[in-house]
Amino acid sequence: MGQTNSEMEALIAGEYAQGFITQIDSDTFPPGLDEAVVRAISERKGEPEWMLQKRLEAYRHWLTMDQPDWAAINHPPIDFQQISYYSSPKQSPKLESLDQVDPEILATYEKLGISIEEQKALAGVAVDAVFDSVSVATTFRESLAEAGVIFCAISEALRDYPELVRQYMASVVPHKDNFFAALNSAVFSDGTFVYIPKGVKCPMELSTYFRINEAKTGQFERTLIIAEAGSEVSYLEGCTAPMRDENQLHAAVVELVAMEDAKIKYSTVQNWYPGDHEGKGGIYNFVTKRGDCRGDRSRISWTQVETGSAVTWKYPSCILRGRDSVGEFYSVAVTKGFQQADTGTKMIHIGENSRSTIVSKGISAMQGSNAYRGLVRVAGKAENARNHTRCDSLLIGDRCAAHTFPYIEVKNPTAKVEHEATTSKVSEDQLFYCRQRGLTEEDAVSMIINGFCKEVFQELPMEFAVEAQKLLAVSLEGAVG
Amino acid sequence: MLAIKNLTASVDGKEILRGVALQVKAGEVHAIMGPNGSGKSTLAHILSGRDGYTVTGGEVRYLGEDLLQLEVEERAQQGVFLAMQYPVELPGVNNMSFLRESINAIRRARGEAEIDTLSFMKQVKEKARQVKLDEKLLKRSVNAGFSGGEKKRNEILQMAMLEPKLAILDETDSGLDIDALRTVADGVNRLRTAERGMIVVTHYQRLLDYIQPDKVHVLANGRIVRSGGKDLALELEARGYGWLLEEAAA
Repeated sequence: MGQTNSEMEALIAGEYAQGFITQIDSDTFPPGLDEAVVRAISERKGEPEWMLQKRLEAYRHWLTMDQPDWAAINHPPIDFQQISYYSSPKQSPKLESLDQVDPEILATYEKLGISIEEQKALAGVAVDAVFDSVSVATTFRESLAEAGVIFCAISEALRDYPELVRQYMASVVPHKDNFFAALNSAVFSDGTFVYIPKGVKCPMELSTYFRINEAKTGQFERTLIIAEAGSEVSYLEGCTAPMRDENQLHAAVVELVAMEDAKIKYSTVQNWYPGDHEGKGGIYNFVTKRGDCRGDRSRISWTQVETGSAVTWKYPSCILRGRDSVGEFYSVAVTKGFQQADTGTKMIHIGENSRSTIVSKGISAMQGSNAYRGLVRVAGKAENARNHTRCDSLLIGDRCAAHTFPYIEVKNPTAKVEHEATTSKVSEDQLFYCRQRGLTEEDAVSMIINGFCKEVFQELPMEFAVEAQKLLAVSLEGAVG
Repeated sequence: MLAIKNLTASVDGKEILRGVALQVKAGEVHAIMGPNGSGKSTLAHILSGRDGYTVTGGEVRYLGEDLLQLEVEERAQQGVFLAMQYPVELPGVNNMSFLRESINAIRRARGEAEIDTLSFMKQVKEKARQVKLDEKLLKRSVNAGFSGGEKKRNEILQMAMLEPKLAILDETDSGLDIDALRTVADGVNRLRTAERGMIVVTHYQRLLDYIQPDKVHVLANGRIVRSGGKDLALELEARGYGWLLEEAAA
């Protein structure tokens, strides 16, 4: 009655739908990393001298650091000299309209179902499309400008708003923060800059699509979002990547700054190439994401749906500095095949009455390994800090693994910290029950998984929620036996 | 509509059914009684296609088809419904959405149009009232945190909404207080029609005070050792199962 294991695996292992490679001429650095490469990247970008000095400082520090080994992940050592650190599609650097964009690039977006034309038509979504390392198209700039919102590539921001960038960059994630953040700080190629002025509610959801395309080119995105007092912004990030033989390194840094009464909502759907049937290839995703609730009553909310990558190492965090500030983390992480994820969050309570909520849903199928790692720290001054953590793991099959590593450090006796954790399996009983009511096994699985993830999905903006549900259904098709 | 001939089945190599024969015609309600471990639930599970049972012999025809060849969902789509002894919880899956998905899955399989929202809502509310299921439970996750009685009422609601051709109730009465028992029985009686066949599996005679079966069968040691009318149930109530087992052994 049930399908055999091998049939099941064939179903799950279905071709990676986004795995195609676009043929375009690229201006790519040869593999290798030294000071000359760092200088060349900075020069290519036409950056100010201080930026170059920061890059060099980060690079020199990185040389003294070791790759961290504490995460519950296993992968062959990464040879950082085998990676190319810059790749840009060959084209005129400044673009006035979509007509000037390489039609092949536009076609790639069409294939992914995220055409800019379509996005333009979609009400309320502005897209800053990052193709490899250079931003090739930016839309909706005008209506954002009317509101005073700056939404552009970080390289542009370095040129047009150098003082803003200088003031905030590395103020949340310092150059020396960790091994991968240091690397990113040295070689970041591009990324997004968002600035919301005082009291402005950003008139639309901001969204960026990332895509790694050039073989063996690591992608080092740098994102900086600043929300001034009383402002609000919702930022959406979605990723897909084409098929690869060799592991690709992705080490992004995202910094968020929320001033008094400001709100930042950051949503991610990550679907990088996870590797083939034997676990070969796939993206290594080492990301440092951190938000600073700098002002009183500020609020930062991270929502992520992580279904891709061979290795995910990611802990979007909040520093709750302001009084009554709020940090939230909602996560769904799926590992199947040979995927490994060590992901979670850090909530650092410094301000009085600061509150945080963590909802983590891990799903493991086949030989997938999923770890939640979360830190809740309440500093001595954080009177009446509150945290609630909910950490659920769902296992599919009997070869997968789920781990939970909660770290709790409380230095203030008025703090209330709660941690709930559950581990469950998609049971034969549940599947039988659904099928007895006429549903196919696949519909049943999709229904149960979506039910499991509901609390996270409802935090996503509408169009993303629908996408995420589909993505999950596709990822786990037939994964239950 | 259902013809079971000489059905034998085992679980983990242990023989549970040793030659069961049963005929259910449209419009009939059959009660299957018997001591614990006699194979009652096994029979209900095999009819609905649950994994874990090996049919070693015999056959089951349902509306002229070989029922045992069909997948679980195909049986459901063709009108076989099993009200479960232990209804399963589906956290995060909205009860009403689940019901609607079920109805539509069955309709799609039959080439029918999906149910429209308005008539679905109307029906579900009306039928929830009939089985005395609190409307709030329709908005909750399927069976999650429901009491034993609420779960069973929910099963009867699903049965009423899905309008099966053959309904099998597997010890639906177990663990119910008298009010819930009466409601469940009312639900079953309301569904008695000339087109529908029903098999009510029960350990106690109690349920049969409210549901009048056309036939009563006693299953013991994997065989139907006696069949009769309603009187048989009353006799069992008075005398227990022991005498039948002795007779069967003799």
